[in-house]
Amino acid sequence: TCQHVSSLDLKNLCFVHLSRFLLFFSLQTFEKLLIANRGEIACRVIKTCKKMGIKTVAIHSDVDANAVHVKMADEAVCVGPAPTSKSYLNMDAIMEVIKKTRAQAVHPGYGFLSENKEFARRLASEGVTFIGPDTHAIQAMGDKIESKLLAKNAKVNTIPGFDGVVKDADEAVRIAREIGYPVMIKASAGGGGKGMRIAWDDEETREGFRFSSQEAASSFGDDRLLIEKFIDNPRHIEIQVLADKHGNALWLNERECSIQRRNQKVVEEAPSTFLDPETRRAMGEQAVALAKAVKYSSAGTVEFLVDSSKNFYFLEMNTRLQVEHPVTECITGLDLVQEMIRVAKGYPLRHKQADIPINGWAVECRVYAEDPYKSFGLPSIGKLSQYQEPLHVPSVRVDSGIQQGSDISIYYDPMISKLITYGSNRAEALKRMEEALDNYVIRGVAHNISLLREVIIHPRFVQGDISTKFLPEVYPDGFKGHKLTDLERRELLATAASLYVAEQLRSQRFLGTPRIPIAKSKQSSWELSVRLGDGIYPVAVSKDGSSFSPCLVSQQVEVDGMKLNVTSEWNLASPLLSVTIDGTQRTIQRLSRNASGDTSIQFLGTVYKLQILTKVAAELSKYMPEKAAEDTSSILRSPMPGAVVAVSVKPGDMVSEGQEICVIEAMKMQNSMIAAKTGKVKAVHCKAGDTVGEGDLLVELE
Amino acid sequence: PIPGKLTARERILLLLDPDSFDEYDMFVEHRCSDFGMDSSKNKYPGDSVVTGRGRINGRLAYVFSQRNVLCSGVVPQISLIMGPCAGGAVYSPALTDFTFMVKDTSYLFITGPDVVKSVTNEDVTQEQLGGAKTHTSVSGVAHRAFENDIDALLNLREFFNYLPLSNRDPAPVRECHDPSDRLVPELDMLVPIESTKAYDMLDIIHSIADEREFFEIMPSYARNIVVGFARMNGRTVGIVGNQPKVASGCLDINSSVKGARFVRFCDAFNIPLITFVDVPGFLPGTAQEYGGIIRHGAKLLFAFAEATVPKITIITRKAYGGAYDVMSSKHLRGDANYAWPTAEVAVMGAKGAVQIIFRGKEADAEAEYVDKFANPFPAAMRGFVDDIIQPSTTRVRICHDLDVLASKTQSSPWKKHANIPL
Repeated sequence: TCQHVSSLDLKNLCFVHLSRFLLFFSLQTFEKLLIANRGEIACRVIKTCKKMGIKTVAIHSDVDANAVHVKMADEAVCVGPAPTSKSYLNMDAIMEVIKKTRAQAVHPGYGFLSENKEFARRLASEGVTFIGPDTHAIQAMGDKIESKLLAKNAKVNTIPGFDGVVKDADEAVRIAREIGYPVMIKASAGGGGKGMRIAWDDEETREGFRFSSQEAASSFGDDRLLIEKFIDNPRHIEIQVLADKHGNALWLNERECSIQRRNQKVVEEAPSTFLDPETRRAMGEQAVALAKAVKYSSAGTVEFLVDSSKNFYFLEMNTRLQVEHPVTECITGLDLVQEMIRVAKGYPLRHKQADIPINGWAVECRVYAEDPYKSFGLPSIGKLSQYQEPLHVPSVRVDSGIQQGSDISIYYDPMISKLITYGSNRAEALKRMEEALDNYVIRGVAHNISLLREVIIHPRFVQGDISTKFLPEVYPDGFKGHKLTDLERRELLATAASLYVAEQLRSQRFLGTPRIPIAKSKQSSWELSVRLGDGIYPVAVSKDGSSFSPCLVSQQVEVDGMKLNVTSEWNLASPLLSVTIDGTQRTIQRLSRNASGDTSIQFLGTVYKLQILTKVAAELSKYMPEKAAEDTSSILRSPMPGAVVAVSVKPGDMVSEGQEICVIEAMKMQNSMIAAKTGKVKAVHCKAGDTVGEGDLLVELE
Repeated sequence: PIPGKLTARERILLLLDPDSFDEYDMFVEHRCSDFGMDSSKNKYPGDSVVTGRGRINGRLAYVFSQRNVLCSGVVPQISLIMGPCAGGAVYSPALTDFTFMVKDTSYLFITGPDVVKSVTNEDVTQEQLGGAKTHTSVSGVAHRAFENDIDALLNLREFFNYLPLSNRDPAPVRECHDPSDRLVPELDMLVPIESTKAYDMLDIIHSIADEREFFEIMPSYARNIVVGFARMNGRTVGIVGNQPKVASGCLDINSSVKGARFVRFCDAFNIPLITFVDVPGFLPGTAQEYGGIIRHGAKLLFAFAEATVPKITIITRKAYGGAYDVMSSKHLRGDANYAWPTAEVAVMGAKGAVQIIFRGKEADAEAEYVDKFANPFPAAMRGFVDDIIQPSTTRVRICHDLDVLASKTQSSPWKKHANIPL
């Protein structure tokens, strides 16, 4: 049942004829296009195909049979089981589908086979158009050394450096001056950052030379030194290029992608706050020069590192559509996928460089299913029990490939969506982003909304003072969520307490007239005790006026002796709750509540756990026994869902603190699980090859 | 006070609405005269038990009354065990409709560890013998366990709101903010394509219930069946569902008894029943047969059959053989019986059926059987299911049906009482 092609229905056939007819007079590209990808990018490509009247074929793995891209496409074919090597990377199966469905072109999206020259070659040999550059460009840019050489020849700035034997300190200084300070000096043979010296002037260069040449001789027996321009606090800024098969190429301005974690981009924007028109033009022209040098056609991205003095250096060229392309589309008004398809068909570019505008500002946040409190994001899996995109917020674009009920599985990238907001200026785009993040409902998996929201409101980010080290610099001890100000804490407590009272009042409202009349509550004020973090706060809530209307309730809340006025519709079923606190409008989300008074509320992006009790119950709580917490040092639980790669202990083994016990792989990352104390292994609950969930017990110590 | 426990009056204070408690028999004293108990320093007015009436969210509740059996089926009775309860006293909670316990501080047993030791030489602690964990997961005596006194009382207030005050009152309808016509799109892809793959029945229940709220009864016992209370458009309903995640959702002795008692409670107190069916059959084997699965399975069959409250059934996937029949089928006077497109209403699974019919001689027969029976159409053609519905519309359908069925009356022939196969 796997190799099943959904049949065309009559309606679709009629549509094909109609669109063929129309296209004959406009610009005919392809009749049918296969998207060799999944998730949001597959959906993104399908949308443009629909606009262009191109029929679409989706491929999917068996677990993706119900995925959104499968439903959106005109046809969908299963290409194998869940692991990508057996499905989305399975060239044989994909080639088979192309033949069977008679797709004339393939859009590879990003990742998977998008920069695979073998795939491009096989398509070419079958006469199928690959929506991307030709094999030569993919190969040239895929090789780090070759691409750098090509860039140098095309007069693109590359990181200047010298690699060879340096005679003495004077020569080192001469080289360093040539390159320009600061420079980095190290032994050529030393790998990575080992033995690396940074020199900001001649004196430091001499010192660095002495140290590095000594080390080179003694440690490696190799005198060669590497002196290279040191790029201090670099930004990652990339230029979008678009080229056709007729030698024309355009630069579509830049994207600022400096906010990264573990070399993965998190927040991107276009344009960059950092570039002036001259730098932009210089970067753009170099990017176009490189594209022309490799006879590039299609959309591509030239990545640069930019130092604090606006010197820019070529990093690499990506020969595909980038994840963050929507921000460029927002400010230029171009549909990059459409342009890629046109160019692939052989049409010349429709625009001149002078036609490419920068209209307004666009920001993109990558919304991931991951826990941002663990090294800025460890993958989380699960079912999206509730999911609602903030499309009611103006100028918001959400590129996603999932919907309520979708599974975020361990097999694929944990990205939920790309959330893009647009504004006439940066402040407006950021304000809308804040609102969009607050109005985004994602339940069932952990997500990074809290981190994204903190980044976009951080003063350094707002000022544009960012670099690729932004996250570790701003959060040296890891991300801990939003830090409430005193006023914000009062607002949260007041909102939570008001919500509690609204819930209490609702639980007394029964419809119909029962045989035994319900006693009407005369209570008009509530004395509550709210626990938030380590603090316990007395909160008094009273009704505003003499009567409650069931829908619109205004409440006076007293926290720490300060009175706040909290108004809302108190719709207890809605995932989003709009609350006005002393005139400030906030959108909050109540994620859970229970009869024990526990509630969790998403406020300013971060989820806070609170316990709300009446004053009486809170006072009696002190007589309740403290339950002993589980001794976590003697048990090892999986911090995230993934697969067990190796287990290095067996029951009865002695382990010392810090010793590796097992390795969990999740989303291409291997995580070493270490013993929290020295002791004897009591039981091992996993073996290599097992799939484990977050919090699953792995190993117990005695 | 004893550490970890509240006094009776403190407990009442937390359970009832503020200032609503009217106490009875405050002046009653004990009449024991042996061992110096009659001396004035051993006499307290209103000692040993505090009784009276009050209000929970405005609705009348009586606190402690010991006419268990006569009241059974007349008013809902709930016991909260907040300390040791041994010997004959255990029958007081056992006769009530629901027994909740407080973890670590409450025990229920006929004979305590000391007697057990002297009679059978068995070493057992109070907790192992009759603690909350034992009774909620092993014996099935208790229906829920809570962290401490306060937690238990607050949950009891919440639970009370689901219940009618007596058998003469309809199921309560609380103000509801959740639209009754809300579509639940995720249900369209919830049931896995492979019919052997499990999914969580609680996902379905949470997604269709008002505000995703579900008060589960016996969550740790016989987990292959899920029972509990929810609201649909504000009205309390009892939900019964097979749990494919545990033992494939099969029916066995424990799950049948758990389900049957819950169904009878709902029927006694006018609470409509919503049943989600994904059942591969009764669990086979000597353990079950020797244990009397026929007799115990019959309890669930009997309970659904005699129930006269509105009965709405949704077959989500497997509905095989006798187990299908038991799960509130059309044949048991179901009011509205629906099937999702993934439903398979058949005597058994294709593989088993083909093995029995063809003794393994027909290789293609399995595919043919799947084609013919592993879908809801044969049942729909015979009227055993009223409609095949889009899963996302399940909530809308149930809410509509409950509105229509609110006035349902069904009478049974006069009898002293039915004779359920105990």
